[in-house]
Amino acid sequence: MNDNDRDPKPRIEIIPTTNPEQERSARRNTVWGRVWLALGISAGLFIGWVALPFFLYERQEQPLAFNHSVHTKDAGMACADCHGFKADGSFAGIPPTSSCVDCHSEAQGTSKAERRLVDEFVTPGVEIPWLVYARQPDNVYFSHAPHVRRAGIECRRCHGDQGLATATPVYQVNRISTYSRNIWGPRISGGGPNPWDSMKMSDCTDCHRERGVRDHCLMCHK
Amino acid sequence: METHSKATVAYAMVIDLDKCVGCGTCNVACAIENNVSVPPSEALENRGLTWMRTQRVDNGKAWPDHRTVTVPIPCQHCEHAPCIHVCPVTAVQLDESTGIIGQIPTRCMGCRYCMAACPYHARYFNWFDPTWPEGLQDTLNPDVAPRMRGVAEKCNFCHGRLDRARELAAAEGRPADEPVHYTPACAEACPHGAITFGNRLEEGGPIAALEKKPEAFLLLEALGTAPKVTYLSREPWIRRIGLSRLDRVRGHGDGPEGA
Repeated sequence: MNDNDRDPKPRIEIIPTTNPEQERSARRNTVWGRVWLALGISAGLFIGWVALPFFLYERQEQPLAFNHSVHTKDAGMACADCHGFKADGSFAGIPPTSSCVDCHSEAQGTSKAERRLVDEFVTPGVEIPWLVYARQPDNVYFSHAPHVRRAGIECRRCHGDQGLATATPVYQVNRISTYSRNIWGPRISGGGPNPWDSMKMSDCTDCHRERGVRDHCLMCHK
Repeated sequence: METHSKATVAYAMVIDLDKCVGCGTCNVACAIENNVSVPPSEALENRGLTWMRTQRVDNGKAWPDHRTVTVPIPCQHCEHAPCIHVCPVTAVQLDESTGIIGQIPTRCMGCRYCMAACPYHARYFNWFDPTWPEGLQDTLNPDVAPRMRGVAEKCNFCHGRLDRARELAAAEGRPADEPVHYTPACAEACPHGAITFGNRLEEGGPIAALEKKPEAFLLLEALGTAPKVTYLSREPWIRRIGLSRLDRVRGHGDGPEGA
């Protein structure tokens, strides 16, 4: 690339010199300087936007390859069939192994995961150590009852299309905060394109504001 | 002030000092309910933690006229709370829908202005990392988050129990604006029924009746903080412990004995 074409007053012209070797050297330095600058910025952006977020999160596999789609689409089950409310009004969350027993006391199909479910968890009566994507920090109080029972918000609003997924997403845990990436969201700046991509405080307060819920710190913090 | 007139709930507490024997059960029940950590044994007395201080007061007279009373002092949840206005980071908040003064540990930066501002010494500071004796951490209450070192904490009228009561109300399909009833740990544990807790705005409720009794008094009423904790006693000298130097200056009584 010829610098003289682009720059009407190249810097080398204001350096008084008569040595053509020095002129060529100065021009080379200008070109290389720009190349290094571009490389440096790219490297910085790569580290900040790609490398650090990658190393910030540790990827963990769920203990069992669970297929929601088989249960909801093929078997026609609803969310509340497994994720229901307890008698005291609190949400049961992740279903215990005992709720699998009704259908899976013996393997129904040929899948490897179901065989593992029966052999390793159902038969010995052991709970599956699921990694919970939506688990909030200790100081957060959240109850499903006012949201689901009273306000009638559907599961999908906060949990997305989890119920139709054929495979469990990779659980990404923040190495510093130890929280799941589903709290912060897939974007580095937080959140994502969908309302269920993140579960930050701003996501709670935004929805509360839309619905005219009067907020107070202790309402969601404990 | 529109929100004040709309509120239908203001939780309040009435403590009958004539029933209180100073056993400290409220203190222990509170600490267990609210995950109040046990400071290391080398901690000085003024570096400990309690949300419900039981303070012994005497009438300053020699035997046989000597009398003592134990005054349980939780956060008074003042209507005009001094701690709110001094907090530089808005970690203290008055919930106008319940009247409860909330303390948010994750927002607190540990300057302790609120502790200096509180005339009741109802606020405590976490000088140490929260620790519990071996085995006691298994009894931690999941409804209350433990606090970290370097933040202030105080009574919040067992907000975790209020959350549970609200959850049950929502699950039973009761409307959101219907007041819920619950009992804090101290009121539940008191073996003599000295502590009554409820909604003071409830028509014909026990709190409103007790607060109107002639033996009712507030601590440091002259400061104008308007506490939501009312004390009862038939003894005139006990009722005088609620007075401050301000009362004496203004000529509203003798002031506390020995003050």
